[in-house]
Amino acid sequence: MLDRMFSAEALEEALWILKNEFPLALWETFYVTVLATLFAIILGMPLGVLLVTGEKGGVRPLPAWLMQVLNVVINLLRSVPFLILMILVFPLTRLIVGTTVGTVASIVPLVIAAFPFVARLIEGSLREVNPNIIEAAQSMGASPFQIVWKVMIPESVPSLISNVTIAVTTVLGYSAMSGIIGGGGLGKIAINYGYYRYKYLVMLMAVILLILLVQVFQSLGTYLSVHSDKRIRNRKK
Amino acid sequence: MIEIQNLTKTFSVVGEDGKQETFDALKNVSLTVGDGEIYGIIGMSGAGKSTLVRCINMLERPTEGKVLIDGTDMGSLSEKELRQMRRSITMIFQGFNLLMQRTCLDNICFPLELSGVKRTEAVRRASELLETVGLPDKAKAYPAQLSGGQQQRIAIARALATQPKVLLCDEATSALDPNTTHAILELIRDINKKLGITVIIITHQMSVVEEVCSHVAILDHGCVVETGEVAEVFSAPKSDAARRLVFPDADKSPMEAEIPGGIPAAGNPDDIPVRLVFDGSHTTDRAMITQMAIDTGIAVNILYASTRCIGDKVFGNMLLGIPGGMEAVERVKAYFADDPQIMIEPAAKEDRADA
Repeated sequence: MLDRMFSAEALEEALWILKNEFPLALWETFYVTVLATLFAIILGMPLGVLLVTGEKGGVRPLPAWLMQVLNVVINLLRSVPFLILMILVFPLTRLIVGTTVGTVASIVPLVIAAFPFVARLIEGSLREVNPNIIEAAQSMGASPFQIVWKVMIPESVPSLISNVTIAVTTVLGYSAMSGIIGGGGLGKIAINYGYYRYKYLVMLMAVILLILLVQVFQSLGTYLSVHSDKRIRNRKK
Repeated sequence: MIEIQNLTKTFSVVGEDGKQETFDALKNVSLTVGDGEIYGIIGMSGAGKSTLVRCINMLERPTEGKVLIDGTDMGSLSEKELRQMRRSITMIFQGFNLLMQRTCLDNICFPLELSGVKRTEAVRRASELLETVGLPDKAKAYPAQLSGGQQQRIAIARALATQPKVLLCDEATSALDPNTTHAILELIRDINKKLGITVIIITHQMSVVEEVCSHVAILDHGCVVETGEVAEVFSAPKSDAARRLVFPDADKSPMEAEIPGGIPAAGNPDDIPVRLVFDGSHTTDRAMITQMAIDTGIAVNILYASTRCIGDKVFGNMLLGIPGGMEAVERVKAYFADDPQIMIEPAAKEDRADA
């Protein structure tokens, strides 16, 4: 198998695909990941905030039953395997995008899969904020909204950035899976050439590119997270 | 004026057996703090000090009783009115509780921002306050770059930003070393004098109350056991809790206070041990013992001495070895007889460590 994989014509074909199809696929993977994460944050952020502020003893407690419902829904969405979820949300995708196939259509299931995950990550970040700082803000007459907006979120920025990075890399992994339902990107190339047409070299190249993308996102996220943190003393500018 | 009337705070806790149990953190506490006073509330840990101070600004809602600030019943205010009120009753903490992702200047601007003051006005006021607390060069620094004492100064500046009437200090110096504690207390006293802000200091440290407070309340197991002027309470502690705080090495009055390790064995075994207790006032103005030795010709041996300054008065407990038998002891007694603030009695021979 290996000798066939690296034969001269296989290599030539793979390079041709690399030149002609990969740039678009890379771009598709990139924008699907970024857009899906963005929408997931827009939906997940308020939920994550509610999970922290709404609990008993939080800055703005909500009825216990409501918190229960919220928790169950989030856990439910998180426990559906992504492959199944993609198919389950077809009606919703059709409603929003008008079709269930294609790159844009794959954003819908990605968002649905990612926002409960993002909500949990943001919940985790906000819980790290020192409760004494929140008490201090209350002692100065801060309203619950001001506490969220001016204390909890700004104080947890480094942690939020590092958690959003985790979300980005997870969505990137999911987006590769959406090749199955006709979503574009590196995942589609890997499945179409590698799985259906036994062109392992192409698949390998797609996988290597995905790995590189994850590395880039993660390094960027770590850099931003560390450099936004003012708690680190004596860092050179 | 702050009036705390019959305040009770009950927490319900889940006990080890899983049953709901109630626990009274404060029991029927009543206190009155006059305008411009520096009022100390002292107690061992677990006495309910932090709960008490949080009931003043309603961070904790009292179970029963009232807190009146200039006649306003804090418990009757709506959430919105309460937030408004809290701008004039600010607080500093043991852990400073600065916003770690904001510069010092922005930390001081924070309460102004909350109350909707314009940015330029807030920055102007914050810069003034940096000056007041002696850190004008730290505007752009982040809290993590400052020492504990400096962080507390920024926290004080932040607490002063909204021009409060009352400053609550919750163990504000407990995380600081003695020198820094002293400097922070100086600053608090300065602020109290210059701005006329009423200060309530919660602490477990005697030294803090001695240094700055005019009045003190002693809190023990959720109850106020003694209140009054600092010099008064500390010189003649009536309650057990007060005595434990004032003389941590003894649970008796200074007259009976034990000497650690008994009477030292050093000195001539024929000397007669005599205990001398002095109680306030001018006793340190003159070389009392030396003068006595010169005047009477008795070379007394100081075996043990312990003094404590409270306000501007000195209280102490001294053990003297007097050579020359009972006759010399009587002469020493007679020498001090006309000074009502000095008491002398023979120390029991059995106290001697070598007996």
